[in-house]
Order: sequence, then structure tokens, then C-alpha cells
Amino acid sequence: MTPPNRREKGLVRPYVVTDGRAHPTRNTFDLVTLVVAARDRPLGGLSPEKRRLMQLCMPGALSVAEVSGHLQLPVSVTKVLLGDLVDSGHIITRAPIPKAQLPDAQILQEVLDGLRARL
Amino acid sequence: MDSALASDDVYLRESVRTAVKLLVVGHFAVGKTTFVGSLSEIKPLRTEETMTQAGAFVDDLAGIKDKTTTTVAMDFGRLTLSESLVLYLFGAPGQQRFTRLWQDMTRGALGALVLADTRRLEQSFGVMGLLEEHGLPYAVAVNHFDGAPVFPEAEIREALDLLPETPLVSCDARDRATSVQALIALVQYLLSRTTPHQENV
Repeated sequence: MTPPNRREKGLVRPYVVTDGRAHPTRNTFDLVTLVVAARDRPLGGLSPEKRRLMQLCMPGALSVAEVSGHLQLPVSVTKVLLGDLVDSGHIITRAPIPKAQLPDAQILQEVLDGLRARL
Repeated sequence: MDSALASDDVYLRESVRTAVKLLVVGHFAVGKTTFVGSLSEIKPLRTEETMTQAGAFVDDLAGIKDKTTTTVAMDFGRLTLSESLVLYLFGAPGQQRFTRLWQDMTRGALGALVLADTRRLEQSFGVMGLLEEHGLPYAVAVNHFDGAPVFPEAEIREALDLLPETPLVSCDARDRATSVQALIALVQYLLSRTTPHQENV
């Protein structure tokens, strides 16, 4: 059973973090889009949340969902921040599964093989 | 955990290029979080989304639409399956009203595993309906609870009104091996749908 969440709500409301925006500048993020920080970009001038996001993503790749979970920010807010950071060259996305593409047999076979190896 | 790919590390391996997701769905307290936790190589994470929803009981006489906000939590975990492939498992709430969350979760998902409890089989209908609405193929896994009645497969199939091709397995969400087997049954089914005239197993 899911335990009750005791985390205190942040002092800053989500719409402040995103400058009032509910949608990212690009709509290419899925929950499992993989993102990684560009290491050569200056962090000066970034908001505290974006700076936190950059620090989280600096050591290696994570999915959008993991970024949201680690930063304890709603997925929608995380996507807005990531959209800005992709626009400014701070964040690079690794190819997600193209949306229109149906799960093909090859990927499913790889998933199946991977799961069987776990038994 | 014996696999060389498994890791307690927060970050993905450098070589991972493809991420796929499967949903683990079911009614309240059916064991979604436990299932995800048994399989995940990382400590399961939680994301939250604040939803604004129209109140269920709208007082139209006052001319005011009652709105409430609800926090929806989603627990998820991760399994690195090969040098280049990672699988994310999302434990998803089965409530009909969180449409946007469902759109976000189902988009790009390979399929879903419906967890069911033999003491409350009828409570699985809502989530199965939602999956059908979103066009997401699924398998059903009866999660074993101590003291829960055990029914023959045919009876469970009938009670859940399953299509003949929908896989029905049983698992113990606390046990990694039976949980992996439930996912294998789901993925075998998904694979069989891509080439309907061939045997893939």
C-alpha cells in the first residue's frame, strides 16, 4: 500500500517556478525521455530550480520522470524547466521512442530477452 | 541481484540509448507500489501532479462550479535490460478522472499489467476500461494475498470478462521472480500481437 506522503509543500508555488507557464516551449518530452546536462554551459543567470536541475543532471543521464522525482517537482513543471534548458543548450535529450512508432517486434524481443535474463 | 547490468546507481549507464515503459495498474491497495519496488534496481521514486477537477457534486443552484484540487502520486522504478535498453515501470492510479495523467502515462507505453485481487475482482473493471479506452494492450496478474480465495482460472476469466487472448497469470508482488514472470507473460503477448500469424514464443 502506498504510504501517505509527508513531504512539506515547497514555499514557492509551481507557477512561480515556471513564470506562470503551464506548458513547455516544446512538446517533445515523454516521461521516459532521457536527458543529460551539457557540461560546458555557464549556470550563472539560471533560476534556483534550473540550477538544481542542472546539478542533478550533470553526472549522467536520467529520464524526465526521474528528474521530477528527485527534484520533487510535478512532471508538468519539470517539463517546462527542461524545455527552457533545451532551448538554451543546457540540456540535451537522448532520442526517446518516436511517438508515432508502434512498439516494434525488435524492441519487444529485447525487452523479453532482458526480462528472461533476470530470472 | 545477479545481473551485471543491475546497479544501485542513480544514473543510467552511458551506453543506454532506448527507454521504454510499461504500466502497472490496478485499484487502490492492490500492490502496485510493492510490485514496482520488487523489480526496480533503483529505490522507487514518486512523482506528483496536482490535478484540478470539477467536483463530483456540483451545486448548480448556486451557479458556482465547485472545483477541488487533488494530488495524484505515481510510483515508478527502473530496470536496465541490456547495454542499450532500459525499462521503466510506472505504478498508476486507476481513477477515471485523472485524464491528463493517463494521457501522459499511456503515450508511448508498450502495454500494461493489471494487478487484481481475488477478494475484489469487480474493482478491476474501471482500470481495464480505461486501458481499452486508451488503446493500450494488457495482461492480468492476480496478486496473491495471504488468505485470499483461490479460484480456477476459468472462473477468474469469466468474472473479469477477459478476452480469450488476454493473458492471465498469478504473482506475488513481494516476490521478484513471480513478478518478472508476470511481465514476461505481458511482453510475450505484446510480441504476439505484432506478428499475429506467427508463433513468437
